[in-house]
Amino acid sequence: MKYKFLPHTADAKFQAYGKTAEEAFANAAEAMTSVMVDVSKIEAKVKKKISVSSESKEALLYDFLEQFLILLDSDQFILREVTKIKISKGKTYKLEAEAVGDKFSYDKYETMTMVKAVTYNDMFIKEEKDKVTVQVVVDV
Amino acid sequence: MAKTREFGGIKLTEVEKHVWEIPKSGNMNVPARIFASEKLLERIEGDKTIEQAKNVACMPGIYKAAMTMPDAHQGYGFPIGGVAALDAKDGAISPGGVGYDINCGVRMLLTNLTKDEVEPVKVKLIEQIFKEVPSGLGSEGKIRVDDKTLKEVLKKGSRWAVENGYGWPEDLERTESNGEIKEADPETISKEAMKRGRPQLGSLGAGNHFLEIQVVDKIFDKKIAKEWGIEKEGQVTVMIHCGSRGLGHQTCSDFLRRMEHEYADIIKTLPDRELVYAPANSQTAKDYFGAMSASANYAWVNRQMIMHWVRGAFEKVFGKSAKDLGMHLVYDVAHNMAKLEEHEIDGKKRKVYVHRKGATRAFPAGHPELPKIYQKTGQPVIIPGSMGTASYLLVGTEKGFRETFGSTAHGAGRVMSRHEAMRQFRGEQVKADLEKKGIYVRSASWKGIAEEAPGVYKDIDEVVKVSHEVGIGNLVVRVVPIGVVKG
Repeated sequence: MKYKFLPHTADAKFQAYGKTAEEAFANAAEAMTSVMVDVSKIEAKVKKKISVSSESKEALLYDFLEQFLILLDSDQFILREVTKIKISKGKTYKLEAEAVGDKFSYDKYETMTMVKAVTYNDMFIKEEKDKVTVQVVVDV
Repeated sequence: MAKTREFGGIKLTEVEKHVWEIPKSGNMNVPARIFASEKLLERIEGDKTIEQAKNVACMPGIYKAAMTMPDAHQGYGFPIGGVAALDAKDGAISPGGVGYDINCGVRMLLTNLTKDEVEPVKVKLIEQIFKEVPSGLGSEGKIRVDDKTLKEVLKKGSRWAVENGYGWPEDLERTESNGEIKEADPETISKEAMKRGRPQLGSLGAGNHFLEIQVVDKIFDKKIAKEWGIEKEGQVTVMIHCGSRGLGHQTCSDFLRRMEHEYADIIKTLPDRELVYAPANSQTAKDYFGAMSASANYAWVNRQMIMHWVRGAFEKVFGKSAKDLGMHLVYDVAHNMAKLEEHEIDGKKRKVYVHRKGATRAFPAGHPELPKIYQKTGQPVIIPGSMGTASYLLVGTEKGFRETFGSTAHGAGRVMSRHEAMRQFRGEQVKADLEKKGIYVRSASWKGIAEEAPGVYKDIDEVVKVSHEVGIGNLVVRVVPIGVVKG
């Protein structure tokens, strides 16, 4: 399972999983996008590069997910999947990724709702041996 | 004996009908006060609304009480429906007390048309509006602005819109703060926020935002309604509900992140990290207030442009000018904002940041911030229902000014998750049900309709009844929708 949704009255709360933090982060981006559209139907036509650096792992997850909201609003880019992702730690945490998706259009895609923002509400990153779980609530 | 209730170990005492108090304890600087009927209290049983109100009571420089309005529900840090006044010198300002959708708000405009005149062309009218007003996910506005123009929008607010042909000069005084907060500082808006906001100016967006053609269904206060231009039942009105789009969302996010970085020591002392604030005298507070105000101005321009296109759609369908159709703005209110206001507290006039997160300013007759046309009546307060339910016009009161810093509810408040809504309702069915009730719905997305089905919200009638009975916002008019454009 890549991700699952948990009950939340006003907004959307999910957990995303992976063998590594990279995989869990990539799945979290898909989970967030799935609040807005059926991700599996999005065509992989446009490629985007993402680069963020943040002071903590949680902040990195927040900033990484936020990039997709910025891309959607500014370039109408809607995610299909994250194809490459690398997290490194120097003075700060750094994330480099590549994602594919499409230019959003109502003629092509049906939507559910809009994600306004990522939040820190109930956010956690749990790293176990061979299993990383991240939990995020997004404001809709 | 006063009535008491207990919620997860927190004791509430009814100090006045529909007003419940949690006395000061622990780190609380003031009590918490919950404005709700017993029926509305039941709706928040089990969520964190009350605990969050208690947390807000711990904020520095908070006066009187941390309050929640009748439509309150759980939020992040601050509850939605929360009101808190923090000292503007020794207190603080908090992005979490405003929310992501800065100056999400609602405006209502009049027509001199009746239901009978609009009903036959309703579908045409809604389709025309749908064509004229961009809506939906990531929706792009019809105009392209460069950074220089966008900064002007951020600085001047509604005045920019009117100067550029979107709307009438009289619209300005019929907008809270004239649609222009002077402290707005476009230089505090980040590159990312500009990027998100540039293509979206003049668009409705998605989610719970909507545009409705409505019919006056009941007049509670004939005298005030008449002063506001509402003459009779059956008169047609229009309501527009939206906010500052991606620009505001990004601004909130930017400042939450900045404060978290700068005030790690403050966060350690907080019961919830999302209450993070900037001390009122700090540069960060000044920057946030400048950025929040700029975002608010953007939202006002957004609603002003949308209204302009709605007037245009009516002109096209009826072949008459908007002026001849009597399409005057009644008022425009913000319901996610922190405002710098003066209030009398313990006999002393003080400047405070009144945080209203999912709450509406409701000033009484005679308040200097109200335009001349509303000096006698008090401020029109617009409370939108959910898609397909009634909406209300209330009026601000003296009592509200004293008790809640001039604030009341902002809407219905969700009770069902979006996920659950998708399981329970199908868009096509919801649309068909609404059509049976005489409400024509247009949306870019069917699924979106299911998420906003009327059943997922609290009972708006109960919310405004409580506001009226407590006397913090009194009933004037009820309107019901006949056509909806859902974002």
